[in-house]
Amino acid sequence: MANFSTNEFRSGLKVMLDGDPCSIIENEFVKPGKGQAFNRVKLRNLKSGRVWERTFRSGESLEGADVMEYDMEYLYNDGEFWHFMMTDGSFEQHAADEKAVADAVKWLKEQEVYVVTLFNGAPLSVTAPNFVELEVVETDPGLKGDTAQGGTKPATLSTGAVVNVPLFVNIGEVLRIDTRTGDYVSRAK
Amino acid sequence: MSWTPGAKPEALKARAEAYRSIRAFFEQRDVLEVETPILGSSTATDPHLASMQLGEQSQLPHGQCRYLHTSPEFPMKRLLASGSGDIYQICKTFRAAELGGRHNPEFTMLEWYRAGFSLEALMQEVLALVNLVLGRELSFELLDYRETFLAHLHIDPFSVSLEQLKALCLERADFQAGAGMSRDDYLDLLLSALIEPTLGRGKATFLVGYPASQAALAQIQSSPAGHQVAQRFELYLEGLEIANGYRELQDAREQRQRFDADNQQREAEGKPQIPLDEHLLAALEHGMPACAGVALGIDRLLMISTGAPDIDAVLAFSWARA
Repeated sequence: MANFSTNEFRSGLKVMLDGDPCSIIENEFVKPGKGQAFNRVKLRNLKSGRVWERTFRSGESLEGADVMEYDMEYLYNDGEFWHFMMTDGSFEQHAADEKAVADAVKWLKEQEVYVVTLFNGAPLSVTAPNFVELEVVETDPGLKGDTAQGGTKPATLSTGAVVNVPLFVNIGEVLRIDTRTGDYVSRAK
Repeated sequence: MSWTPGAKPEALKARAEAYRSIRAFFEQRDVLEVETPILGSSTATDPHLASMQLGEQSQLPHGQCRYLHTSPEFPMKRLLASGSGDIYQICKTFRAAELGGRHNPEFTMLEWYRAGFSLEALMQEVLALVNLVLGRELSFELLDYRETFLAHLHIDPFSVSLEQLKALCLERADFQAGAGMSRDDYLDLLLSALIEPTLGRGKATFLVGYPASQAALAQIQSSPAGHQVAQRFELYLEGLEIANGYRELQDAREQRQRFDADNQQREAEGKPQIPLDEHLLAALEHGMPACAGVALGIDRLLMISTGAPDIDAVLAFSWARA
């Protein structure tokens, strides 16, 4: 991979830092009136998701990280790996481990399309679309006529995720969920 | 990509008004407006300044190479040596690789020189001009470099060890020491990351007493505490560095030594060598009147006067829009 100097740093650039791929969030150039200039940089470690703050001497460079994001359809889980397939017509498949799938496992539905981030050709992380539609497989019976009141109850979805839903929701219904917050949005049409 | 200007109409007007006020200010004080070349056969040697260069591809007369100036200092000093008397200039200056919320590689500088002025007299004049442009009555605050480091970071910049500086930069400024960092480089980081943001809050803060190693083109003297310090000041407003002034170095031999030292440092850092400005050296040899001079960033002053969040908001077309 190419090296990137601090003056090429921009939001979204993927670089290697301490052996981990990182995405640059912010790059602030600072320089006293006279003297050495520095870049104060915020980066997201793409492995851990943590935000790092680092200062570099201006002109220093970091190795670029071979990190690419692709749309992939979720196929199946074999007990150890979650298998995805490229949607670009190549039918190329990638197996993501538990670490890469992480929290997205709660929202994995077959034939749904996810963003899979590849690092050196292997899945590094999986991001669910902002909204997914999942079926309720378990919840207390719905209360008729209780559509107006604000009460909620837990419901288990087909993926195993448990979300708080309004009291009127029944088993078998398909719900729209915001994956960023894990909140119920509405009943799917 | 956007074709529209970064500056709103109010900011464009503020700039025009600032130029009017500045010209009236200097006319009243009998300081002559001058113009010197933007393209020079030499440029600043300071290893921390990167000059833009027009080379062989530029089809300049006689196949010459020219630099875009990083400040109009050298030719203005030649005018002083030629007997111009007090002079000022408003001009575009250029510094490669300086780009960010408060830096644009092409920016506007106001630079002026006052014969016989002490550093103190020049600081008072800078404050008068700043207050005129801002339409405020900012009070004058004088801070000493060493005392400021002691107050903020509990270190004496003249005696602190390199190890302590490294540790502090790692702990407080997320900086992992690499090779080739000098004491001054560490001090620069601590100053810009931790001290500068606190300076000039609601007042005009002048920082003085810089170590002699950071003198640039200023004279050096002994401080009351017995340290070799530069006769140099920096003005800060609202955490923003606005102006840099010197009691100007007049000694041609000393000037040549500093140029040579800069080029040696450049060589060590793998940076291009700069041909010495022999015109300036000859002018100093001839004799330049004792004077104090200052360079003030107009764009930054406009950021303060208009409350702009970044430099883009005071420029018609900043680097990304140009």
